[in-house]
Amino acid sequence: MPAGFQHFADTYLMWNEGPLIWMSDALIVLTSLGIVGALTYFKRWKWLWREWLTTVDHKKIGIMYLIAALLMLFRGGVDAELMRTQLALPGVHFLDAEHYDQIFTTHGTIMILFMAMPFIFALFNIVVPLQIGARDVAFPYLNAISFWLFFFGAMLFNISFVFGGSPDAGWTSYPPLTELGFDKGPGENFYLLGLQISGIGSIATGINFLATILKMRAPGMTLMRMPLFTWSVLAACVVIIFAFPALTIALALLMLDRIVGTHFFTMLHGGNPMMFINLFWIWGHPEVYIVILPAFGVFSEVVATFARKRIFGYSSMVAALMAISIISYFVWAHHFFTMGAGADVNTFFAVATMAVGIPTGVKVFNWLFTLFRGRIRMQLPMLWTLAFVPCFAIGGATGVMLAVAPADYQYHNSYFLIAHFHQVLIGGVVFGMLAGMYYWWPKMFGFKLDERLGRWAFWFFNIGFYVCFMPQYALGFMGMQRRMYTYPADTGWGTLNFVSTIGAYLMGIGFLFIVLQVLYSIKYGERDLTGDPWDGRTLEWSLPSPVPHYNFAVIPTVTDRDMWWVLKQEGRTEELRPKPEEIQPIHMPKNSGRPFLMGFAFFVAGLGFVFNWHVLAALGLLGVVACMIARSFEYDDEYQIPVEEIEYTEAALGRL
Amino acid sequence: MAVAEHAAHAPAGAAHAHGAGPADGRPLEYRDPHQSVKILGFWLFLATDMLLFACLFATYLVLRTHTDGGPTARELFDIPGFTAETFILLTSSFTGGLATLCMRNGNKKWLMAWLAVTMLLGLSFVGLEAKEFAADVAEGANMQRSAFLSAFFTLVGTHGSHVSVGIVWMFLTLLQVARRGITEITARKVFIVNLYWHFLDVVWVFIFTVVYLSGVVM
Repeated sequence: MPAGFQHFADTYLMWNEGPLIWMSDALIVLTSLGIVGALTYFKRWKWLWREWLTTVDHKKIGIMYLIAALLMLFRGGVDAELMRTQLALPGVHFLDAEHYDQIFTTHGTIMILFMAMPFIFALFNIVVPLQIGARDVAFPYLNAISFWLFFFGAMLFNISFVFGGSPDAGWTSYPPLTELGFDKGPGENFYLLGLQISGIGSIATGINFLATILKMRAPGMTLMRMPLFTWSVLAACVVIIFAFPALTIALALLMLDRIVGTHFFTMLHGGNPMMFINLFWIWGHPEVYIVILPAFGVFSEVVATFARKRIFGYSSMVAALMAISIISYFVWAHHFFTMGAGADVNTFFAVATMAVGIPTGVKVFNWLFTLFRGRIRMQLPMLWTLAFVPCFAIGGATGVMLAVAPADYQYHNSYFLIAHFHQVLIGGVVFGMLAGMYYWWPKMFGFKLDERLGRWAFWFFNIGFYVCFMPQYALGFMGMQRRMYTYPADTGWGTLNFVSTIGAYLMGIGFLFIVLQVLYSIKYGERDLTGDPWDGRTLEWSLPSPVPHYNFAVIPTVTDRDMWWVLKQEGRTEELRPKPEEIQPIHMPKNSGRPFLMGFAFFVAGLGFVFNWHVLAALGLLGVVACMIARSFEYDDEYQIPVEEIEYTEAALGRL
Repeated sequence: MAVAEHAAHAPAGAAHAHGAGPADGRPLEYRDPHQSVKILGFWLFLATDMLLFACLFATYLVLRTHTDGGPTARELFDIPGFTAETFILLTSSFTGGLATLCMRNGNKKWLMAWLAVTMLLGLSFVGLEAKEFAADVAEGANMQRSAFLSAFFTLVGTHGSHVSVGIVWMFLTLLQVARRGITEITARKVFIVNLYWHFLDVVWVFIFTVVYLSGVVM
């Protein structure tokens, strides 16, 4: 092998690291060839470009977010299984310390930013315009940009695994460990750039959906008639808008430290590492509310639908959502009580943290009261919702334990903390997103996911969850700290770790059942011919499944909360069917390839910054600017759907 | 105009908004709901941008005294220089306002003239700031010297690059006004770029007081 190639392969492709990386390289090359081959063989390139890569349709963007989220759930899940395998027995050297560091870093980052975020954005996109009676979001073009920034940010982060090396300083990426002096590799740069690019997309999504909810509601849909999922999106968007800029700055300043040589967070020349930690958590704590609030919204929809009752305490639900979104800004320092900020600061943040429990408790009780004397149907969305309640209650209770600042000196960074946040993030967000996925799946694709396989998945995942995480609370009390890659046998942690690993495998089997369920249901799933498979309550269920791309042939007028349910009760569903004389031509935004190209340009620029290839970075940024200028001069970005086409589509759906 | 009433993303109230003529008292950029929703979106963007600056200000305030034996704010800041920058930028905000005023009066020629004046003032602001930075670096006060200087250059530099982006953006808007005249779309664009400009002016007022004034006084 020529020396030049050898050098390249060792530096960038990490071939000197051995068979694990060679296998990954081979798998990635094979998968890519497979995808390219399949697209070519089935002549689907044009279809991919026209229907997906250039789309500005909120429903398709939502589906792309969903696919990305499930793929990332797989990648993050594999990371988790590797970690649990490493920890199953004392003194194991299945992974070495360095690889273990990389894997817990990518696991955390991917699960929060590239799994939970796209999962909630998937539901934002698919559901919100339909629930408020709109034809798209306020800024469809920007919506596409958001998706592609997320996509290419996630690509940049994931590519580090086989090109240059993964980040290895934890998903929180604390300096001074992440400063150049201690962490030379490009991995940390991948983290900073990947998160920065997808973070810009998240800010844009927050702006987009807040404007959509404030301005695009159908006539008659006052704020207090909005479905609770839409309310939860509104609350989450407010938090996104106020929290994400802090992440942008934290990442940007750390990047300056690493690339330009500034001294924000260094140990020398006056830098202050705690400043990063503050900025990070000023975003980081609201971030967990960003992902949990939409899950709360899902539960509110599911509970009302499957108990066939109006949600109990609607106004208090809205108030609780808004209260949580505000209190979420005043709790960040509870992530580092041990910093030594003093009793007064810690007291403030401890009390604020406990206060979050109050509106959350209000919501839990309201769900329970809605179920009370309801005619409950135990279908998949409801199962996950019911599983959520006890899980989140335990997670919340351990959260309050952690919030007690003096006691936190004992729990801090132990496995007790790990068990706590997995319990609220899995029990809250993952359960919620799965419930939402099952609930709106027929609306997206026109068929239900198979109930039987879904129940297997549910039980494996749930039992696995408790088997995995309950022992970790005990391990925390026994002194096991997070991020340790192995432990000696005489600590006595072996048994509980082994049990925990079994639980993780059970959860993995649960995930495989979900994959199986999706594949099976594509062919055999129950088709949704009515558009209203769950006997729903809100406007999206008045439309056929899947929804025509203009959503509503005629924009409905809303007179009630749970509008569709009321119309069904009163036998007035015909009112939401389009009448020929009411159909008018519809203006829709044109597809555009520019958001995709802009995301790609960001990717190129990001790669340039990761490796300090300044020419590449400059080229990428030029591409971004060129896309923006081209957009500025674009005036003809809408087209009109003629009345005949709408009539034809609606008639084919049996609605005219 | 049924077309607009049924447009894809016509915000609520579109129908009644569109029927209104120029006499309904609302400025041109707000008349079409397609355009006015973009103005709301831009306000929301400004909220995020404001928080961006808030974080930079917080960082600056934490690191202000961390000079590591290097130059301090008092030694570094050039009073005539930042006073001139302040006057120029505040004036440009005023001329930007005049541009909006001319746009509302339908006066294309003066709209373009005031936009050009605003851009020129912006350019001289950026030029002065670049000169100030170059002089600091020549004295050995660069970003790498101390945490204070890292924070100073990043905060003020972020504002400066925002102004530079604003100049390019204003130029693109000017071209579109020249080509298309004052329409609902170009009016919205002029309005938004001016919102951005005024916002940068407000940020500068804080930089002036928090960074420069308190730097030379304290």
